[in-house]
Amino acid sequence: MSELSRRKLIATGITAAAGVAGLGVAARLAEKYGLIPPDHGGIYGLGETLTYASQRLLTRHSLAREFSRSQISKSPFANEVEPPTDEFRRLQAGGFADWRLSVSGMVARPASFSLDQLKGNPSHTQITMLQCEEGWSYIAEWIGVPLSQVLDVVGVLPQARYVVYFSIEPDTWESIDMADALHPQTFLTYGMNGDDLPVGHGGPLRLRLPRQVGYKSVKFITHLTVTDNLKGFGKGLGSSAPEAGYAWYAGI
Amino acid sequence: MISHPRFYWGETGNDLTPTLFKLPIPASRHLVPTGYAYVLPDQNGWSRYLHFQAAWVVVLTGLLYIIFGLVTSHFRKNLFPAKADLSWRSFANEVVSHLRLQRPSEAEAWSYNALQRLSYLFVIFVLFPFVIWTGLAMSPAFVSAVPAAVNVLGGQQSARTLHFFVSLALVLFLLVHVGMVWLAGFRGRMRAMITGRAGIPRVAAMVERT
Repeated sequence: MSELSRRKLIATGITAAAGVAGLGVAARLAEKYGLIPPDHGGIYGLGETLTYASQRLLTRHSLAREFSRSQISKSPFANEVEPPTDEFRRLQAGGFADWRLSVSGMVARPASFSLDQLKGNPSHTQITMLQCEEGWSYIAEWIGVPLSQVLDVVGVLPQARYVVYFSIEPDTWESIDMADALHPQTFLTYGMNGDDLPVGHGGPLRLRLPRQVGYKSVKFITHLTVTDNLKGFGKGLGSSAPEAGYAWYAGI
Repeated sequence: MISHPRFYWGETGNDLTPTLFKLPIPASRHLVPTGYAYVLPDQNGWSRYLHFQAAWVVVLTGLLYIIFGLVTSHFRKNLFPAKADLSWRSFANEVVSHLRLQRPSEAEAWSYNALQRLSYLFVIFVLFPFVIWTGLAMSPAFVSAVPAAVNVLGGQQSARTLHFFVSLALVLFLLVHVGMVWLAGFRGRMRAMITGRAGIPRVAAMVERT
């Protein structure tokens, strides 16, 4: 114990105090630059915040890898979905002619779009990978309209920070920050591999987000809302994923 | 791994494609064809949170360790084997004494032999960097910024398969390491690891060795 002198103790104390102060400053800066995920509480909050903040700094504008047509998977696996609701069945029987996407929240001109209206925009395609957090994956050509175009039409207000999107399936909703919402590969997808988007893959409308794992690409989208605060949605954790124990940010 | 105990090579793989190999265990998803009649409960949510938080602990403590190792010459002094110890004969001697499970003498307790040094170097400079790299290569966001990280491995599923084997190697190292510590005298070795002091003074050990 003799080696653990008073000087060492004082030095350790000062280092620890500086560390705590440094963390405080870092937390302020992170909050200011939108680097703290909504599910930052709890015992895994620190790791989650480090992951989101570092990936956000590294990947704000980077593009997901795109593949050649020959790399498109011959057997794209459609993961299981909940049995369709009566509402979904009714819309499906009508060939989804009555499917609507409504957009509300912090926008200048709230609006509602039919699939035909969405398809009226110049279509965009991307050949990207869908990878599930479970470990499996496939590559497909996705056809749709970039979310940023729809947001342009409705006029997002400057204070907007997140886009929340809802499935027709009960209790299935997600949200993304504006970096992801305005990202050129974030699509409202209505087609796949040259055809309509099959129901198993989220047809008639799925939000595709190729820089995050599959569960962020919610199927059967009916509603978007733009907000500056996620606290008022569900339990305030950002999406239904953290309420089921999964991370809000899924870029890893 | 338990949600999808199937492994592939290349960019993609799923329940509808052929595998490189399958683990003979049940899965936590009922669509995975495992041959088992039952499905394990889903534990992916919290285990993914834990996994990525633990990854930060590995990366940050690893960085500190590397910086201190370089600054204090720990790697050069204690881990790079001496040229003389790299002969096949001395190597063979060490392997034999390990296989006979001989306890190290008091003098040996202060230093690592060449076999130990090479194993530590392999774990520190090959396995840990590779497990971090193959992990990041599976992240769709990370590879959007650094696509080469996954491309040079041959694809995202190749990265997953490699990540599995490298982490298996690390677990194996941990088990063998703890086993050897046990054989060498658990209490004495644990005390040495935690306090940095062997049971006998360094000078005495040096004298004994010469």
